[in-house]
Amino acid sequence: MSKPGISTSSSRRIESSTEEPAWVRRSLIGVSLAFLLLFLVLPLVAVFTEAMRKGFGAYLAALVDPDAWSAIKLTLLTAAIAVPLNVVFGVAAAWAIAKFEFRGKSVLTTLIDLPFSVSPIVAGLAFVLVFGAQGWFGPWLLEHNLKIIFAVPGIVLATAFVTLPLVARELIPLMQAQGSDEEQAAIVLGASGWQTFWHVTLPNIKWGLLYGVILCNARAMGEYGAVSVVSGHIRGLTNTIPLQVEILYNEYQLQAGFAVASLLALLALLTLVLKSVIEWRHERALAVELPPEQPLARVSSPARTTPTPLASA
Amino acid sequence: MAHGSTLALRNGAGGTAPLAPRRKRRRVLPGFHLTLGYSLFYLGLLVLIPLSTLFFKAAGMSWDAFVTAVSAPRVMATYRITFGASLIAALINLVFGLLVAWVLVRYRFPGKRIVDALVDLPFALPTAVAGISLTALLGRNGWVGQYLEPLGIKLAYAPAGIVVALTFIGLPFVVRTVQPVLQDVEKELEEAAASLGASRWETFRRVLFPAIAPALLTGFAMAFARAVGEYGSVVFIAGNMPMISEITPLIILIKLEQFDYAGASAVAVVLLVVSFLMLLAINALQAWQRRLTSAPT
Repeated sequence: MSKPGISTSSSRRIESSTEEPAWVRRSLIGVSLAFLLLFLVLPLVAVFTEAMRKGFGAYLAALVDPDAWSAIKLTLLTAAIAVPLNVVFGVAAAWAIAKFEFRGKSVLTTLIDLPFSVSPIVAGLAFVLVFGAQGWFGPWLLEHNLKIIFAVPGIVLATAFVTLPLVARELIPLMQAQGSDEEQAAIVLGASGWQTFWHVTLPNIKWGLLYGVILCNARAMGEYGAVSVVSGHIRGLTNTIPLQVEILYNEYQLQAGFAVASLLALLALLTLVLKSVIEWRHERALAVELPPEQPLARVSSPARTTPTPLASA
Repeated sequence: MAHGSTLALRNGAGGTAPLAPRRKRRRVLPGFHLTLGYSLFYLGLLVLIPLSTLFFKAAGMSWDAFVTAVSAPRVMATYRITFGASLIAALINLVFGLLVAWVLVRYRFPGKRIVDALVDLPFALPTAVAGISLTALLGRNGWVGQYLEPLGIKLAYAPAGIVVALTFIGLPFVVRTVQPVLQDVEKELEEAAASLGASRWETFRRVLFPAIAPALLTGFAMAFARAVGEYGSVVFIAGNMPMISEITPLIILIKLEQFDYAGASAVAVVLLVVSFLMLLAINALQAWQRRLTSAPT
């Protein structure tokens, strides 16, 4: 072999040696797609096929059943209370954590994550111990004829607990990455705090906020464990959609159970679609503003530029 | 010269305003006390006070009663099942999660974006729906179960079914923690390794793997922590036979339904302590990954 021949072939070898041979590539793709097909796609498809087993008429009949309908209404009501509560908390917590430095910040961040790692059953039990008949406030509530456990307020509380971190978790890294220069400029130019939030911060975080809300909503509507502890399973009164699914399933009304469950599966699919759309939009926006290799999720400490002394001059 | 004039101005500003206003300028944004106060209030009311009742309830028991409650044979069996199945499921997710993350970051194939989006399905799909669906699939007449049954493999209503459900639940964690880190690994490192004569496998094992190891462990720990507390997807598929396929969250619920509040709280405290420990471990792992990724620059 001649010298130039060696140099070109070796440079080609370096390039291809940071890639796997085609057969390895294909089998890795094949194995992972097979795994995902088995574990993700099949269960999803099964929900809809089981729901449609007796035809579209039976599917609709299962959805307009009065018990199913009242479960749907209760689920909507629960989400309509729990999600806004967690949105307000998420925005407030993200503002405090992302825009300021203070002692115990990492403790606060960890506490926000806590509901993720607590078993939903343990969460439900905690609310029973606070508000149940044997609980701390039990006698007082009984005296005033208020019902929280085995009633709608308990369901809302349990749902809010389980979905508490979702909005905050979405906003904190986003707002940390954005820093607070724009807000500081607005304040210095005379804007009030609210004006700054509405006109500067909110437009910057709207997509992240929207995704947080959507995910929070999907989880709120689908929460099963914690809600099943505090609900008492009173038909037509304290059954949410997942609890209705459980009842139908346990009564061997499989088709009806899957029909009601398919509503939640549709909601999950919608959530994923919206997430992807938001992510793609965000990527495109980010590609314009930031170098592409800047990962948002990993930014933990604000990548803030040094404060500009000129701002107040 | 721009640089010079900036310096002059900076000096001028520093001259008229010494240290005190400068410290104030750091909190030029309003709302610190309001937002922090509200966050703490909400967190305290909704999370900390309710969870603390568990400790108070358990502390009200005598030590012997507590030990008896948390170490009764039926309860011990649930620990073995819960932690054992969670560990196996998290290990399955460790292997396949890494594989999926690798394939999504490194290769191109048709439908990749859809696959990428679908990975989050277990986050969005309610656990009860996952539970009944997996049970239907793996049952005797299910799409998958009908082929396994003749082979003598029983997944539904058996401990193996718990592993399947927990694998489903934990699937996104490893993928989503490894993916961004893998994306950030500098191509130059691999090229250097290759040019020094390393094979592809050696490059992976000695260059790439150490770079993503903390993220991989973080995902593993998250999947494990999630699996330990999981209830909805498991109760449908497990069959819930005492000593064989009963999980710890279920035994808490059973004690609660028998009005054994103290016993339920005692077992809940055990789970809660495990949750705290996992949370601390995950935080430490994330800090390790951050140090690793920020160190070379």
